[in-house]
Amino acid sequence: MTEIIKTEDLTFSYPPDEGKEPVQALKGVDLSIARGSFTVILGHNGSGKSTLAKHMNAVLLPVGGKVWVDGMDTSDEDLLLEVRRRVGMVFQNPDNQIVANVVEEDVAFGPENLGVPTEDIQRRVAAALKAVGMEDFTLHAPHHLSGGQKQRIAIAGIIAMEPACIVLDESTAMLDPLGRREVLDTVRKLNREKGITIVLITHHMDEAAMADRVVVMDGGRVAMDGAPKEVLVRVEELRAIGLAAPHTVELLHGLRQDGFDVPLDALGIQECAGAIAESL
Amino acid sequence: MLKDITLGQYFPGNSLAHRLDPRTKILLTVLYIVILFCAQGFVSYALVAGLLIIGVKVSGVAPKALVRGLKPILFIICFTAVLNLFYTPGEILASFWIFKITKEGVFTAFFMVLRITMLIMGTFLLTYTTSPISLTDGLETLLAPLKKIKVPVHELSMIMSIALRFIPTLIEETDKIMSAQKARGADFESGSIFQRAKALVPILVPLFISAFRRADELAIAMECRCYHGDAGRTKLHVLHYQPRDYLVLLAYGAILVGVLGRFGL
Repeated sequence: MTEIIKTEDLTFSYPPDEGKEPVQALKGVDLSIARGSFTVILGHNGSGKSTLAKHMNAVLLPVGGKVWVDGMDTSDEDLLLEVRRRVGMVFQNPDNQIVANVVEEDVAFGPENLGVPTEDIQRRVAAALKAVGMEDFTLHAPHHLSGGQKQRIAIAGIIAMEPACIVLDESTAMLDPLGRREVLDTVRKLNREKGITIVLITHHMDEAAMADRVVVMDGGRVAMDGAPKEVLVRVEELRAIGLAAPHTVELLHGLRQDGFDVPLDALGIQECAGAIAESL
Repeated sequence: MLKDITLGQYFPGNSLAHRLDPRTKILLTVLYIVILFCAQGFVSYALVAGLLIIGVKVSGVAPKALVRGLKPILFIICFTAVLNLFYTPGEILASFWIFKITKEGVFTAFFMVLRITMLIMGTFLLTYTTSPISLTDGLETLLAPLKKIKVPVHELSMIMSIALRFIPTLIEETDKIMSAQKARGADFESGSIFQRAKALVPILVPLFISAFRRADELAIAMECRCYHGDAGRTKLHVLHYQPRDYLVLLAYGAILVGVLGRFGL
């Protein structure tokens, strides 16, 4: 099987407030996430991107349609633990997902719940902390760490469950630029070196440039889907749904409108500078 | 300003008392309290005082730190002393107006003060030498047999450790809310006690709302990490009794039997 997560005509609506019409957050999403891929899901507030993420490990269950994780139907309650073991989720607020007083205890929380034997937990905790570069903080108290460090601990807590896929639900939104960089470098390394599938939900365009695939959500539907170089250059379409293209693309787009002969798909800053230099 | 509050007041260290299994320490403390409450007369109080002194020596905790711990309850100690001094019937030593001091009153007051002081010092010794985590761990393991009669031991210890985890987070949040309210002209420092208490309402309301939101998010995050209660759960660190635990328990028991056997309670 090549896909780890597959949704089929997925619809979802939140229970309505009294006297109001229910708001449909997802209106038929068909998406499959390839094993080992790095996918970024973009969208402005209310586009349904977080709702979609929450279906990927059965935090929310479909109202209509189906979600499969590693071939398992997420609405089957008997498979719940298996689904969540395969797909880990990192949330937005680092403070609200750390359970324990000591870093190593927190990382051990997942494996403890899975009933992993003690010696094995110790090995997994050490390996997970090393994978996120936090091995020097094993015995620290989480509240003394920076936001980026806390988020890396949260990621380590997921890795210790040895999942096939990690979903990051706007996990960089509350971090400063340095913390964002730490987290993004960490997930990229996990994707490359350990082959863990990454699904990154964000509204930062520059984070999309590093992905294999970009999915843009709008109004509960998939609006665009493709490689970053295909999707991020569609400046006008992105604007129409309330997103701005990366700064580099915006710049190149502007230059093109002024009659310069530059390519649009130079996403990286170096690449962009090179392309401009070449056309001069 | 709220950052200075220390809860759990654990002093890290590497003394024998620090290295003992938390269960051993909890058992010793419980025994200590039982003897303290059974104590009558000088011999048994001397025994308890002796145990306390040995405990302090072994833990390496500065006696000053223990005395400092008494400060918040100084009022209760004085209140108990005065109450016992004047309201115990018996042989009258001195009297003025409606107050009478009796011989029994002096003794009771003295022993009461001694009892409360030693009770606080003894229990502080436990919290000074045991980290909150090993304390909850120890309690969970010790109380595990109660699960048979449907006492939610695991849940209680999980609640306790999450509460401890969130104390610093909520203190930080309180600080932030206070600054935000101060920036809008709120005044927490002047006025009568009643006014100052009223000024706290605009802090508590947002604090509670955010605590509920945090609890909700934490619950989802825990579920995502496959938390499903006690069933089939393993532990990163399993408590193991060491030879020193048996030795200490044995020595403690021997002292008790020796002293109580010789003098009676």
